[in-house]
Amino acid sequence: METEAEIAIVGAGIMGLAIAYNLAAKAGPKTAKRIVVLDGHYLAWGASGRNGGGVRQQWSTEMNVRLMQESMAICAGFAKQMRVNVWMRRGGYLFLARTAAAARRLERNVAVQNACGVPTRMIPPAEARAIVPELDVDAGGGFAAACYNPTDGIVFPWPFLWGYARAAEKLGVSIRTGTPVTAIARRPGGFRLETPGGPVDAGRVVCAAGAWSPLVARLAGGALPNRPVRHEILSTEPLKPFLKPMVSVLESGLYVSQSLRGELVGGITVPESHGQQADDQIRLGSRLAFVEAMARGLTEIMPLLGHVKVVRQWAGPYDLSPDGNPIVGELPGVPGFYVACGFRGHGFMMAPVVARHYAAYLLGEPPHPFFDAWSAARFAPGRPPPKTDREEMFIG
Amino acid sequence: MSRKVILCRCEDVTLADVEHAVKLGYADVEEVKRYTGFGTGPCQGKECLRGVVQAVAAASGRPPRALAPFTSRPPLVPTELRLYAGAAAKKPARAAKRR
Repeated sequence: METEAEIAIVGAGIMGLAIAYNLAAKAGPKTAKRIVVLDGHYLAWGASGRNGGGVRQQWSTEMNVRLMQESMAICAGFAKQMRVNVWMRRGGYLFLARTAAAARRLERNVAVQNACGVPTRMIPPAEARAIVPELDVDAGGGFAAACYNPTDGIVFPWPFLWGYARAAEKLGVSIRTGTPVTAIARRPGGFRLETPGGPVDAGRVVCAAGAWSPLVARLAGGALPNRPVRHEILSTEPLKPFLKPMVSVLESGLYVSQSLRGELVGGITVPESHGQQADDQIRLGSRLAFVEAMARGLTEIMPLLGHVKVVRQWAGPYDLSPDGNPIVGELPGVPGFYVACGFRGHGFMMAPVVARHYAAYLLGEPPHPFFDAWSAARFAPGRPPPKTDREEMFIG
Repeated sequence: MSRKVILCRCEDVTLADVEHAVKLGYADVEEVKRYTGFGTGPCQGKECLRGVVQAVAAASGRPPRALAPFTSRPPLVPTELRLYAGAAAKKPARAAKRR
């Protein structure tokens, strides 16, 4: 089976599917029929199906705040537009900081957010109890500061994939799950992607494979400097709705929210044990050390949760670039091969907006400023480090 | 008698729900789990997996043995946070040290 594709997208996570959908919607049916999305697994197998579903506008750089305002607006209209229930709940995000240094960081960031029109407020920790009465704000030495934005929220990640996939297919895009790309060769006018279902010839390739992106880039003869970092997450039994915002403790990387199904869903940063940190291995196993750390962190800030039962824990990879910022655009040395990766565990919430601008860029429109700030070329040998602001508001 | 057949009691997933998922193309057990939510409640599939696999097989025209079960996740049984927190607290500080 041979396919002539204008663009082949590797990775049917939210980034790849959303790029495919936006391309198809923007370029019309003729182009849509020449877009192919390839993935070795089923929808939601990778990080898009393993994340906590947080969607927030509390970031430290103006660009990310503005991008996430736009992404939030897309998410808010998604269910109606795509005719799929995404279980979105805008209960806000409450960040807690234990140290004075982190409190100052929050203050700086809140000023940036306010300037963009995001209504985040610094609040005294005692006032956080008005939002989450179950919080013990004196636990663990107390908190130095808190900030709260009521317009942030959570979604159920999986329906976003089904929504984007169905809408893209309806426009003519071919989405082939269970179709791993095993080799990528150059051919006149583009690439040949080998799959067990036969080769796919494409003019351009977009790699949106998250933490698996370096492996895909290598197939095409390119190199990406990002590495996978395992993050774990758990879900409890469902409880009557009580927890309004997503709650996050900056220093420990703890975050927890209550889904519309009633479960508490959350994670905490647990480093890999010695010797496993610097390699390229993607680890998806579950560790007892994680669930213990999470249980301790959660019952410390909300002691009354001690009797709540954990029903499931799992892991997913953060996709981390050397400077922590994403990597987008054409990969140096491999003309026609584009990447959208390095989103460091926050790609799900960013994908709706990033994909919108990515599709425009692929269709030749003037690129959004993030293409400059997050250019893949910044890691070329001998290049001075980019002047891009360092984003501080990553959890984990 | 009602024809409604409940396959997953924790999450109220019916035979019709599973058949609908398969019809939409979500035909592997992992996909059906995600689309219907079956197996995500307190039993984590221990009661319902067998029945759902049979239903998926029947709806998709494949033998049940051709279908892999979904990945089972810890814990083995729902476990209280305080037990994990207590286990973490009891561990001597040196225990984490590696040779």
